[in-house]
Amino acid sequence: MIETISKFVIGYLILQGAFFSLISAIGVLRLPDVYTRTHAASKSATLGVLSILLGVFLYFWVLEDHMNGRVLLGILFIFLTSPVAGHLISRAAYHTKVKLWENSKIDELKEKKKAKDKVHS
Amino acid sequence: MAFQILLNFIIAITWMLLQDDYSFITFFIGYLLGIIILFALRRFFPRRFYLYNIAAVIKLIFIFLKELILANIAVLKIVLSPKLKMEPGIFAFETELEKDWEITILSNLITLTPGTFVIDISDDNKTLYIHSVDIANVEQARKDIKSSFEKAIKEVSR
Repeated sequence: MIETISKFVIGYLILQGAFFSLISAIGVLRLPDVYTRTHAASKSATLGVLSILLGVFLYFWVLEDHMNGRVLLGILFIFLTSPVAGHLISRAAYHTKVKLWENSKIDELKEKKKAKDKVHS
Repeated sequence: MAFQILLNFIIAITWMLLQDDYSFITFFIGYLLGIIILFALRRFFPRRFYLYNIAAVIKLIFIFLKELILANIAVLKIVLSPKLKMEPGIFAFETELEKDWEITILSNLITLTPGTFVIDISDDNKTLYIHSVDIANVEQARKDIKSSFEKAIKEVSR
């Protein structure tokens, strides 16, 4: 009984992870500029990989009776590092003057950056 | 907080030595006794009883998970909608947090919040520059959520 239920849960988790990875790939293709693409890449890919790893962990724990701590550590590390990676990429893009999409409304970082550039040059 | 945890470990080890029984169960009983002793003596510590901080950390983890799921549903809606109707933009957000680790956790939380993304942090650690996917209707709501994040983080470091 519990084996059947856990098989369904594991299958659901892995399918959900694959689905969110697909969504993030479509998002990277469809969205217009670096910043909105980073939204899709960092968020959906994080949850996608997390659910796949969680499914793998539960599979080996419940069905094979083998508890793998490394998978849990992998979940923790991805959870901590992928938002930081997204932040760094978009920050580097902004400081190398990659333009925002033309429909963008406001840009409050611009004035601050202008003032800073004046000091440096 | 770290000092109180260390003290609790020392009480547990003393209990093991008193029982002359070095198993995990004895350590656990000693740890529970240590919690009771530290709770009874809490007014002698400069900071509050440490289990409150641990409860705040657990609450923060749950906020993290909830926001991650909500963020993904928001991204799903944006990516799969037939027309790109969003209005992205960058707005500034003043924060009251001071320590570096608090600001790191806040910006990680903001990054995993639906539709927002930290691009830059000013040099004096006072302003976060946040890229938002839909600036028209979201900005005010985001500010509300962020004040709740800030509150949760302050609760941890109190």
